[in-house]
Amino acid sequence: MIPGILGKKIGMTQVFGPEGQVVPVTLLKTGPCVVTQRKTPASDGYDAVQLGLVEFVKASRISKPASGHLKKAGVDGAKYQRELRLGRGDRDLKPGDRVLVDEFRPRDKVDITGVSKGRGFAGFVKRHHFRGGDASHGSMFHRAPGSIGGSSYPSRVFPGMRAAGQMGSQQVTVRNLEVIEVDADDHVLMVKGAVPGPNGGYVVVRRAKR
Amino acid sequence: MQTALLAKVSNKYRRTDLPEIRIGDTIRVHVKIKEGDKERLQAFEGMVIARKNAGLGETITVRKSSFGHGVERIFPLSAPVVDHIDVVRTGRVRRAKLYYMRGLRGKAARLRERE
Repeated sequence: MIPGILGKKIGMTQVFGPEGQVVPVTLLKTGPCVVTQRKTPASDGYDAVQLGLVEFVKASRISKPASGHLKKAGVDGAKYQRELRLGRGDRDLKPGDRVLVDEFRPRDKVDITGVSKGRGFAGFVKRHHFRGGDASHGSMFHRAPGSIGGSSYPSRVFPGMRAAGQMGSQQVTVRNLEVIEVDADDHVLMVKGAVPGPNGGYVVVRRAKR
Repeated sequence: MQTALLAKVSNKYRRTDLPEIRIGDTIRVHVKIKEGDKERLQAFEGMVIARKNAGLGETITVRKSSFGHGVERIFPLSAPVVDHIDVVRTGRVRRAKLYYMRGLRGKAARLRERE
């Protein structure tokens, strides 16, 4: 078994399940990936593989040290590289080995990690689902936070108080998504449900930890 | 290229066996119904008053009058529960959504046949 695979989000659509029910799905272009480095307990203190997502990359976009590293594994271009820990039951992979999506089967469960869509500096209502006030009828209290602490006691704001700030553009993992279909010819993985990030965003697909 | 992969999925699940259905047509939709372990077909006959969305999510709204009450059902066109569809009668209309039919009943709710 492979611990996981790297991919790119294509987009969402819907398909029909065996009982005719509508299933919302996300398509992922997963792989082909190549093992670019093998980390072993002897040399690195832990067991892992470094995968690179094989795709067309202009030669000038890869630095010379990086291209040398890739050449060792026999890859021309890989912009997206991530390390996956090897556990029990995982196949022993060597540098240069290809990791393909056909090792996943329908009904498998996967965890998918990506970088969520950036929302910029977002206010309370959008970021924490605070309710805000009435928009009209002379309310004068629209999307403001309200009280964030007492004035005489505690006369400070408690740490961790939810506030406005950067929302999105952070790493998010969605766990236990079901694999619906695997298209080995086009390297496409179809999972049930939504996946973090925009279309075209990079994702890591791991076997579900449960 | 990414849209091509999405199109591949939509082509795979897309149905091509349905007749051409236009707004204002009176159609009979045969729906598969499961009763215990037996499956049978149930027909729903009415006028197509709306068609929404595109691709795999495309739906039609079929309206009929049942014992004096208006009944509308929304059918996903690609859904496997729809066994087949017969076009009973065509209708000549000048708009895409026939929501004004909800306010009409009896003789007023008729449409002229399309040539």
